[in-house]
Amino acid sequence: MADSTLTIALAGNPNSGKTTIFNAITGTRQKVGNWPGVTVEKKEGLVVKNGYQLKIVDLPGTYSLTPFSIEEIVARNYILDESPHVVIAIIDASNLERSLYLATQLRELDCKTVFALNMMDQAQTRGIKINAAKLSELLDVPVVFTVGNKGKGIDELLTAAIELALSERQVTQKRKVRYNLEIEKAIAALEQVLTDPGLPYDPRWTAIKLIEDDGIIKERLTAVAGDKAPALLEAAQQQRIYLMDRFSDEPEIVTTDERYGFISGIIKEVLTTSTLQRVDISRTIDMVLTNRFLGMPIFFFFIWAMFQVTFTVGAYPQAGIEAVFGLLAQGAGYLLPEGMIKDLVLEGIINGVGTVAVFLPNILILFFCIALFEDSGYMARAAFLMDKIMHLVGLHGKSFIPMLMGFGCNVPAIMATRTLESKTDRILTILITPFMSCSAKLPVYIVLAGGFFGARAGSVIFGIYLTGIVLSIVTGRIFRSTLFRGADAPFVMELPPYRMPMLKSLMIHMWDRSKLFLKRMGGVILIGSMVVWGLANFPRSGDLQAAYSQKTASIQEQFTDRMADADATRKSELALEQQAVLSDLERDHNAEQASRSLLGRLGHVLEPVFQPIGIDWRGGIALLSGFVAKEIVVSTLGVLYAVTDDPQANALQSALRAAGMTPLAALSMMVFVLLYMPCLATVAAIRRETGSVKWMFFSIGYTTSIAWLMAFAVYQGGRLIGVS
Amino acid sequence: MQLSELGKGYSAVIERVGGSGALRRRILEMGILKGTRVYVEKYAPLRDPMELIVKGAHISLRVEEAAQITVREVVAGNFHG
Repeated sequence: MADSTLTIALAGNPNSGKTTIFNAITGTRQKVGNWPGVTVEKKEGLVVKNGYQLKIVDLPGTYSLTPFSIEEIVARNYILDESPHVVIAIIDASNLERSLYLATQLRELDCKTVFALNMMDQAQTRGIKINAAKLSELLDVPVVFTVGNKGKGIDELLTAAIELALSERQVTQKRKVRYNLEIEKAIAALEQVLTDPGLPYDPRWTAIKLIEDDGIIKERLTAVAGDKAPALLEAAQQQRIYLMDRFSDEPEIVTTDERYGFISGIIKEVLTTSTLQRVDISRTIDMVLTNRFLGMPIFFFFIWAMFQVTFTVGAYPQAGIEAVFGLLAQGAGYLLPEGMIKDLVLEGIINGVGTVAVFLPNILILFFCIALFEDSGYMARAAFLMDKIMHLVGLHGKSFIPMLMGFGCNVPAIMATRTLESKTDRILTILITPFMSCSAKLPVYIVLAGGFFGARAGSVIFGIYLTGIVLSIVTGRIFRSTLFRGADAPFVMELPPYRMPMLKSLMIHMWDRSKLFLKRMGGVILIGSMVVWGLANFPRSGDLQAAYSQKTASIQEQFTDRMADADATRKSELALEQQAVLSDLERDHNAEQASRSLLGRLGHVLEPVFQPIGIDWRGGIALLSGFVAKEIVVSTLGVLYAVTDDPQANALQSALRAAGMTPLAALSMMVFVLLYMPCLATVAAIRRETGSVKWMFFSIGYTTSIAWLMAFAVYQGGRLIGVS
Repeated sequence: MQLSELGKGYSAVIERVGGSGALRRRILEMGILKGTRVYVEKYAPLRDPMELIVKGAHISLRVEEAAQITVREVVAGNFHG
């Protein structure tokens, strides 16, 4: 029997503990991917239970199955098209009424449903008691108590699901929502017409959807029914007109109302709330965190603290990573024969990837903090606090969440705009999110601010981030009043109770996102480093090589002579001196080589563009290479400024200073890096999410223009007031 | 009286949810329906949006959206609906 696979889908409201239950069932055996055609995250897991293989599918969290948001469409289409054996409806016990709204819609869909009555322990502390036996009887569904974060009830839940999947049980009509007489008449009339063409879905359900003017169902019906479709749709329209006249309201509003009416009948029978003292810790926490006076300062403190922790704590493991790459370079140096391959491996691959790898701790910490905000429930408060400001830009407070995630990485941030219901909101958010300085730009700031602003580096970096935020607001405002006129999306959002985040879930979150960074390090960044190395080293100039070898030889000869008649101490002094002279020579040679290379020539061609913003040809090249991935800016600088030795940020900083870069030029470069075109992966995400090449090119064009103008203002403005 | 005119710490019963289209339906789906008692928990620090307690859940709503909702039976005081 072990070869029979049962598909079980999990459905539930956002914050109903659905993900926790999914994690409790599947553990780490999860496969994270995307739903076909869209970028809503799809999580699946395989488990074996009672001799059955179970495929657990985590549907996106939704409040309803009306096709408003992409999440709702995805969840509904999955149930309609894939017909899972069982759907588990996760019911938040403290939110029974609204959870049942989704659950009754599942039942209307005619799929086999099990209720998981989740977080009963929390509900009890709020004085809520639920009669599960009665609920099960009234709706004719198995009900299982679960406490997701303690793993309680998971076995029972799966056993009940398997039992239901194998049973012949049909959903009885009388357990479903009954609408008022007029609507039931309309449903019956449409059902008559709908039985005809052999349609894929339950006729009653289809009739209800037609009465609710459901666009997707109408489309599908047209596809299936062929030439009969116009007559069907006409019949539905007739009923709608009649009902609209009868209720002087849209039928879908009436059905929503009646579903809640049906639910309130159930609630009366199963739910008792005691009038005893209710403990609501969440409310108490919110008295402080969304307080009129304290809310905003605390919010900004959290954001500030997040960046402080990211930078300061993240700095400690960096030494270790540097050491590992140093050892790697040493080992490869011994093993490989002299020549081009050795150069490629040492300078191209190990050096290139190493300069980026040292920032892994920063990125892990940042994603950990963001997961902490999400899992604790604070993210929704951030949207609540920021909505007024976001609304000024013409955006939803929820847009703040993708934008905040933009600080981590723009790719998931742009994917997260899927939570926004209106398409214009999504595009607008996608356009301004790249100004949220992503973690990949951080290495550039650390090198530049660290090298030129010393103790004030932290404040300078904070200022850079702030500049990005302000500019996104300003440009958003401009776009809203020019490109995207019209009403904003509604701001109806739940503020879920605060929950103690679970370490396991935080780790899964953090890891899922950091994996993206690691994958890029192994893929795009590795290739990028090799390509940049190739461009920087070819064509090889024979004359230059010969001159270099000659000079090296003559210096060695010189020192050998001088050392011949010196005493022991003088000898070791001379040896050190020789080393210094040789390494200076090597650096100069490398820089000369780079200047004559393909990359160098390109940089020289573009020099007139970068000069007015205080960036030399090497900086220009580094910025160009940053299109592949922003981290590469640092490694390219490393190659171009011919930093020898192991990949250490300090060495690069000294090289930059030695090459004559001023603090003002460093600031200008940071501003440019903050604002200019998004990286390859982000551009690809923009293309996918906006569904248009036009928006992609628009995004590249306007970000780069703004970057140049701002950097110009900083550099030339700074020079005007006499800063250097 | 409109819901947007309700002060912090007041509660009232929904009389009618106005507006149109998806927004209106979304408000209803979140449980803000005719006959439901809602309690104004607070306004955001920048005076917008507002936080309501509806059927035990905390829901935030913009003031301009709340202006489309008519309420009756306004009473002052704590309410845990």
